[in-house]
Amino acid sequence: MAVADFQTVIGLEVHAQLLTRTKIFCGCSTAFGGEPNTHVCPVCLGLPGVLPSLNRRVVEMAVRTGLALGCAVRPKSVWARKNYFYPDLPKGYQISQYELPICEGGEVPLTLDGVERTVRLVRIHMEEDAGKNVHDVSADGSSGVDLNRAGVPLLEIVSQPDLRSADEAVEYLKSLRAIVMALGVNDGNMQEGSLRCDANVSVMRRGASEYGTRCEIKNMNSFRFLRQAIEYEVRRQVELVESGGRVEQETRLFDPDRGETRSMRSKEEAHDYRYFPEPDLPPVIVEPALVERLRAELPELPRARAARYQSALGLSAYDAGNLVADAAVAGFFDAALAAYGEGAEAAKKVANWLTGEVARLANETGEAAASWKLTPQKLAAVLRLVDAGTIGGPGAKQVVEEVFRTGAEPEAVVKAKGLAQVSDAGALEAAVDKILAANPAEVEKHRSGKKDLTGFFVGQVMKETKGKANPAVVNALLRKKLGA
Amino acid sequence: MTAPTQDLVRLGLREAGDAVGARRVSSRALVDAALARIEATDAKVGAFLAVTPERARAAADAADARAAAGARRSPIDGVPLALKDIFLTKGVPTTAGSRILEGYLPPYDATVVERLEAAGAVVVGKLNMDEFAMGSSNENSAYKPCHNPWDLSRTPGGSSGGSAAAVAARQVPGALGTDTGGSIREPAAFCGVVGVKPTYGRVSRYGVIAFASSLDQVGPLARSVGDAAVLLRTVAGHDPRDMTSSTRPVDDYLATLEGGAKGLRVGVPREWLEGGGVDPGVAGAVRSALDAYERLGARLVEISLPHSKYGIGAYYLIAPAEASSNLARYDGVRFGLRAKDARGLKEMYSESRERGFGPEPKRRIMLGTYALSAGYYDAYYLRAQKVRTLIRRDFDAAFERCDVIAGPVTPSVAFRLGERTDDPLKMYLADIFTITCNLAALPGLSVPCGLEAGSGLPVGLQLLGRPFDEATLFRAARALERELPALPAPPGV
Ligand SMILES: [Zn+2]
Repeated sequence: MAVADFQTVIGLEVHAQLLTRTKIFCGCSTAFGGEPNTHVCPVCLGLPGVLPSLNRRVVEMAVRTGLALGCAVRPKSVWARKNYFYPDLPKGYQISQYELPICEGGEVPLTLDGVERTVRLVRIHMEEDAGKNVHDVSADGSSGVDLNRAGVPLLEIVSQPDLRSADEAVEYLKSLRAIVMALGVNDGNMQEGSLRCDANVSVMRRGASEYGTRCEIKNMNSFRFLRQAIEYEVRRQVELVESGGRVEQETRLFDPDRGETRSMRSKEEAHDYRYFPEPDLPPVIVEPALVERLRAELPELPRARAARYQSALGLSAYDAGNLVADAAVAGFFDAALAAYGEGAEAAKKVANWLTGEVARLANETGEAAASWKLTPQKLAAVLRLVDAGTIGGPGAKQVVEEVFRTGAEPEAVVKAKGLAQVSDAGALEAAVDKILAANPAEVEKHRSGKKDLTGFFVGQVMKETKGKANPAVVNALLRKKLGA
Repeated sequence: MTAPTQDLVRLGLREAGDAVGARRVSSRALVDAALARIEATDAKVGAFLAVTPERARAAADAADARAAAGARRSPIDGVPLALKDIFLTKGVPTTAGSRILEGYLPPYDATVVERLEAAGAVVVGKLNMDEFAMGSSNENSAYKPCHNPWDLSRTPGGSSGGSAAAVAARQVPGALGTDTGGSIREPAAFCGVVGVKPTYGRVSRYGVIAFASSLDQVGPLARSVGDAAVLLRTVAGHDPRDMTSSTRPVDDYLATLEGGAKGLRVGVPREWLEGGGVDPGVAGAVRSALDAYERLGARLVEISLPHSKYGIGAYYLIAPAEASSNLARYDGVRFGLRAKDARGLKEMYSESRERGFGPEPKRRIMLGTYALSAGYYDAYYLRAQKVRTLIRRDFDAAFERCDVIAGPVTPSVAFRLGERTDDPLKMYLADIFTITCNLAALPGLSVPCGLEAGSGLPVGLQLLGRPFDEATLFRAARALERELPALPAPPGV
């Protein structure tokens, strides 16, 4: 198979749930979870006689996103009905935007293999989410419908087919995710589906001037699945073309268990959505004053923030990129740095903790930065304890972990766990002597100058003292005793 | 406090309200009289789909307690009323005249129902109508036909047929209906009562079962212009739950009601009376109403509405298109009729809708789905919207030369039941004069202007006004009402 002979062409449609407290057309809560059908009212249940009443926060978030991405914001945009039957769609139509969306154009920046580029956007529009079908809810195998999510506001962000590889698609989604999180319009939680995407994938022979027939792939709720789905789909399409077949335009579903895409409906079975302007809602008017206010309120965006971390704080591109991928983490970094100190060295230390041990713990517990029990002040306190020699590296790690899990005060953890470093040379001398006595061969090797074994001896002493020995003091003792 | 039933049911809305306020009559007596009248006449008329005596009597007693305590909520506190069965009433069956909602108990009240109750009005029941308000004769009711109190072999008009018939038959002094293409004005004309289709956006549509959202509007029916004005003022005004409702303040219609017609410029559309296929008896009554206006010091101005003739065509694309979407929620999943024996989802959908919808909603769903389909949208729906703009411009131009527009409501008086049921196209033509008002979002009113010479059946005069100028319509209609002899009681009941 010769995937290399083909050019992959990808466009993404990203659905981002907006972080409003209430739904787009009623006052129900947007909170995730909850017993089925508890966050519902006549409006989002689509009962007879109800009418939508627009949550203006949705418009503001859409405009904010559009401005951050350099879109043109329409002063007057129009709601449309997208008609189709499905049990999770209570009204038999979705209120969306069609011909006149709120934002058009714009671009998303991304960096791949150190190269910066932009991906053009077609549009951004507002719409309501559907509910969720839940299968096998009872013994007879019948299905239920949970409408808690019905009416949760979404932005649909549609890219041009500018992406050329699965890697690029993943980077695009990462960049977009970091931006919407920085804007405070989306929580970036792909697992819960608050950020999800469909991919339009096609392949064309290198040098060809026309795109191949595209397939739309649905149901990818992680970066890994997006990559898998695209890679699988590209292989499938190339194999098909190579073997003399033809790609049929269709909608395909990604199956994460098998890592495959499979046909969901063909072009012939595609819905005719019969869009028409929504008569129950007046057009959305966005006054220039609102645009200017929202523009003035735009926060620093991830790319600018990463650049500042590199130029002003001397962080590596890698660390800077990691920090800004989640605005809450970047905010934590800023606050911790402010509480701790100034300069490149301080920044490097804070960044190391955040992208290392703290990231590991966050990953393990799945906790979002906003709800960490470890505060920036507490992380700064741990760093100061290290600087003061009160605790060493291994001790600090334990303190951070304990504070992360329980929110305890770092000093209290040091005390409770007896992690204070031993710096008293008299107290450490016995341990050093014991280790030297127990390893005569190594002492000999070291003394003869064959090999510098200082590191080995320090390690042994640390082990002996359960990590509490101050390494600097141990080093000094060793120098004295080994005469090196 | 013991006036005989036949006297109490003759009282108009304001008269009844005043009597309760003066403690000459109790609300309970009014409500009992209305219930007795319904009991005595509705087997013949068929205006009600549901009567709610216990609730009504409890509400009446509460109104009487307020009157006794000097704490009346409004001048119509304690007055019995009825609602077209298209208004959602919490815990009271609401069907929209359709089998698909048989037995449906809404969990909330429509905004207008809340407003009526806040004013203390007592709802005695729900009124017959064409299924989902689709029809001009009430014959599309899935439950039973409704009869015209003037001649029980004739239709009361539609789709608010039950509303007009109940008011004409003295079952209630006032009712609410909805008007999408003439559904208040046509039955009001056929039954000899006053009916008002307010400006689009004047009254909240929240809790009103939707037929065609850009055309539907709630309005009152009553036996006098002033009563209709009071009822409209009670329910009109902005509602945050209906974003298409206007924030303009509601005028005090009664303050200008008796202002007369002197100096009023009455526009008469050339297209409506000449060669418009209007029956001579109807044309004669309309002519004499126009003559009366001249006698009252109004000036008749000939105007032209050249695009009116495209009104029916545009309407029967836009209304079905919106209906096809509005009726999608009746899918058997969450409420209403479900084909429980169906196998699989698709069969459940199609069987529920097959059994639940009558022929007219099905016809319009088909029409509307077609008009919105890929490849046809531009030719049908979009073009119809353009016609709508042209019709609105016709009116804008006309209203530079006149204050109200006057003409017939319908080409004929009430036709016989069954006469047009086999010919939907002929049925649709009953709306020819009323439809443009909805397309242009204007206020319109039907006021009785006499009886047709041969049949002795009522004829309505239609008055159209500028957007949100209902006050002028009421004033003009009241001037005519005062000038012309009052209609006799309908002989059918
Ligand atoms: Zn809700």
